[in-house]
Amino acid sequence: MELFRAHVLVCGGTGCTSSGSAALIERFDQLLASNGLAREVKVVRTGCFGLCEAGPIVIVYPEGTFYSRVKAEDVDEIVTEHLLKGRPVRRLIHTDTASPAAPTSLNHIQFYEKQRRVALRNCGVIDPENIDEYIAFDGYQALAKVLTGMTPEGVIDQMKKSGLRGRGGGGFPTGLKWEFAYKSKANQKYVCCNADEGDPGAFMDRSVLEGDPHAVLEAMAIAGYAIGANEGWIYVRAEYPIAVKRLNIAIEQARAYNLLGQNIFGTDFSFDINIRLGAGAFVCGEETALMASIEGRRGEPRPRPPFPAVKGLFESPTILNNVETYANVCQIIINGADWFASMGSERSKGTKVFALGGKINNTGLVEIEMGTPLRDIIFDIGGGIPNGKAFKAVQTGGPSGGCIPASLIDTPIEYDSLIAIGSMMGSGGMIVMDEDNCMVDIARFFLDFTVDESCGKCPPCRIGTRRMLEILERIVEGKGEEGDIEKLETLAKNIKATALCGLGQTAPNPVLSTLRYFRDEYEAHIREKRCPAGHCQALLRYTITDKCVGCTACAKACPVQCISGKVKQRHEIDQSRCIKCGQCQAKCRFGAVVRG
Amino acid sequence: MTDTETRQSKRAEQFARLAEVISSRKGERGALMPVLQEAQAIFGYVPQDVQVAIAQGLDVPLTEVYGVATFYSQFALEARGEHIIGMCLGTACYVRGAQKILDRLSQELDCKVGHTTKDNRFTLNATRCLGACGLAPVMMIDDEVYGRLTPEEIPGILDKYKGQKAS
Repeated sequence: MELFRAHVLVCGGTGCTSSGSAALIERFDQLLASNGLAREVKVVRTGCFGLCEAGPIVIVYPEGTFYSRVKAEDVDEIVTEHLLKGRPVRRLIHTDTASPAAPTSLNHIQFYEKQRRVALRNCGVIDPENIDEYIAFDGYQALAKVLTGMTPEGVIDQMKKSGLRGRGGGGFPTGLKWEFAYKSKANQKYVCCNADEGDPGAFMDRSVLEGDPHAVLEAMAIAGYAIGANEGWIYVRAEYPIAVKRLNIAIEQARAYNLLGQNIFGTDFSFDINIRLGAGAFVCGEETALMASIEGRRGEPRPRPPFPAVKGLFESPTILNNVETYANVCQIIINGADWFASMGSERSKGTKVFALGGKINNTGLVEIEMGTPLRDIIFDIGGGIPNGKAFKAVQTGGPSGGCIPASLIDTPIEYDSLIAIGSMMGSGGMIVMDEDNCMVDIARFFLDFTVDESCGKCPPCRIGTRRMLEILERIVEGKGEEGDIEKLETLAKNIKATALCGLGQTAPNPVLSTLRYFRDEYEAHIREKRCPAGHCQALLRYTITDKCVGCTACAKACPVQCISGKVKQRHEIDQSRCIKCGQCQAKCRFGAVVRG
Repeated sequence: MTDTETRQSKRAEQFARLAEVISSRKGERGALMPVLQEAQAIFGYVPQDVQVAIAQGLDVPLTEVYGVATFYSQFALEARGEHIIGMCLGTACYVRGAQKILDRLSQELDCKVGHTTKDNRFTLNATRCLGACGLAPVMMIDDEVYGRLTPEEIPGILDKYKGQKAS
């Protein structure tokens, strides 16, 4: 391998690519060549660094200088100042609210200080399109250890001891799942990877696939050895083109090194992996629906049992694990089950990756030890709520989860503690909401999603969720009636009890959790025809107070000319014609237009 | 060649490509989805005659092809505009005001969500989470992702596509 005196890591994740990181790489390459540095400094396009908010991100090693929101024209300065003269460009170094003095290394940035990266350990560190870099970071060592020195039972035993639970949402113990499939007798078995990351607001699987695809391939091969399968399938969303491309490259490279294929490491174990693209159906995240989709059919779930460990893909015993679950496997094999079990809490071991989004300063990807309180994630790592607004709730678990109110912010992040408060771990989306978000509307939003994504096979989900949505739509439009809340509760209870699959059974959760913690908001909508958050358009009313000086700015801005008044006199809004666009309020320089 | 002739020869060429895809995948387990995906890449959508060709080529009932094509939101049964706009309505984008952006898009294009503009230039879709929540609200036009959007930016972004053909 060639040696370089400095490495420039440019984030090539989806977030930073959208912010223009490809142009940065091109510019770096150009300038390094014209300055004669091409053999001294290497530019690497890595996976996601996590701090998408501040993208595009560039890190220069050996110093670990963390540059954020870098533009193509800034590259000249980084090359001439930092890389030629050794003087980091201070104006581009990332600062956060807690450390306004530009930290000299990323290890001192608060966003990273409280994190512990296991599943994401290689993301933003290696070039995901180069297998040699993965190997240099202990890649394929776990597979070698398993194939040359462990029995399948030994591997399953390690997985069970580690306490690893599924990271896709359900939290089923991974070792147990593998053991069931191992014990099923069949000539053909399959290992599947669920990369159909459908929860809105969750993008950790995407980042692992984009940043460290080999970790998933290696873990799938290990799983294959453990259960006795020689074929793997990855079901990945078509909406993730970068992830698909890197997976394909990784599979080709692994085949070329015979780390996939026949007689891996000279043993009699053979394993290969196929990719299947999803086609935009959320329900395909459900295991039986996913397998139906790989088989080329409509992605409809079926009743269980038989469980996939007995009868799965193409009628054969199958295990299905999520991307992040696999990303932990090699580390458990290399470092041992005890090491993994030493992280986290009693019943939730290891770490969990969360996609932090919504009304939060540092949106991005974070990995924390299980048991960390929500408060640490939102205020220390996430940097709190922007624009001085008040924190209202955090939504976890996507359409199957719930909203956790500010009063429960000290709850530790664990599978069981989250279920106890009416939400769930889910795949790891964490959407922060502030005082401007209406919780009834959020419930409506999720039901709208579920109705759209319901496959239609079972009536409780197909019809029940639609009835719930209709009631919620009425409420946010100011047409709610007494008894609506009780109707929602009855429907929720029945759907939970009778729907066929996980999608339907959990669909009422966003309504139940908001009813539990924000019932007063529902009541205000229904009884007072008022939206306390000032969000629901139909319930909004703009009025002009006596702060008005009669400057006419609002009247000019009004698209329907419903504001009248003489110059230098208080203006008035004709409520019957107002379309509640809010432009008058945006234009008023005197704070005279109020919303409520 | 007249316009009709050009169209016909293009169509014949597309069907020839589809036939190649079908023969390369025939006999493969679960081939229907990938074939439909490739058909959509060739034609831009999967109209009835394409579905019939796939059913015959793969030797599966047409009802099954139609069933799969209508189940997944990725498959379009009608022709779409030159550029596909996908406004993300994932949770992160939604709480950061994606609906306002979508309303503005709809207003600027004079086109309802899920439909194509009269001049056939744009199809406006609301999509599921694009996984770029760090940049919320985001939209995709073809393969390009636009992040941290404000309603005011929309006309400028659309202008970039107005003079240009899809690649």
